[in-house]
Amino acid sequence: MDTNDSLRVASLWHSMHAISQQLSLTTGCSKIELLEGNTFDLHCFQSLTGTKFFVVCKLGTQHMEALLKVVYELYTDYVLKNPFYEMKMPIRCEVFDINLTQTVQKDRVALLGR
Amino acid sequence: MIGTGKIKQYANVLDKPLGKGKQEVSLSAFAFLFSELVQYNQTQVDNISELETRLEDAGYAVGARVLELLCHRDKGNRRETRLLGILSFVHSTVWKVLFGKVADSLEKGTEHEDEYMISEKELLVNRFISIPKDMGTFHCGAFVAGIVKGVLENAGFPAVVTAHFVPVEGQQRPRTTILIKFAEEVLRREARLG
Repeated sequence: MDTNDSLRVASLWHSMHAISQQLSLTTGCSKIELLEGNTFDLHCFQSLTGTKFFVVCKLGTQHMEALLKVVYELYTDYVLKNPFYEMKMPIRCEVFDINLTQTVQKDRVALLGR
Repeated sequence: MIGTGKIKQYANVLDKPLGKGKQEVSLSAFAFLFSELVQYNQTQVDNISELETRLEDAGYAVGARVLELLCHRDKGNRRETRLLGILSFVHSTVWKVLFGKVADSLEKGTEHEDEYMISEKELLVNRFISIPKDMGTFHCGAFVAGIVKGVLENAGFPAVVTAHFVPVEGQQRPRTTILIKFAEEVLRREARLG
């Protein structure tokens, strides 16, 4: 997926998220946490400021919420403290990418044993 | 016995003892402040070398003050007169006070007599910063280079100090080296002192 596709998917998700708040039958619904499809799961985490982190994974993968929280921490550390990052632009921070791949690798090893 | 626990009040703030102060500062607070410093300077300059110069100047001011403070607090007002003395002072005491640990290594340059290098796996100021590709050789460690320059110059050892990235095999992030090039007069004086 290139940058444009990612942007498209992200804006789609953002709109769906906003609409879902209106659609909900119960009052006080603030976000979508999990979307279960036929072949994939989509977990979403929303921070207090409204920034959303979502991960698309295979059906039934565990501990995605914890992963999203870790990604949120990485975001606050390596993206927000970077003087060269402009808000709301696509993230092109080397350190963020390195740490992100390390986290996902560690997770994969822990979950699948390989 | 009312008042035994009271802290002694000083009439003049200059009479107060120079305490150690709080040893710890929030790393995040510093990171945000430093990030803002870099961003502010970016708006004021036209090119990268000017940005580095500005960061260095900011560090210079810190270095000058740190030297005075540490001389008074840690060294009992003794002055360093030898080259190795001042270098090890920077490498251990200054680094310990500013970053909480001594620098990784201090080496003498092999090519020139007047070059010394302090190297570090990753400078504290750079920990959260990723330099975009189009900024080339820019190094936020110019701030730390400025601190070292401030300390050295105010101790009587004028030098040109720069910060460089040194790529290392097997590691994604390059090491940082602070290169110190002393002025002629320092080496002559050092030779005279034997």
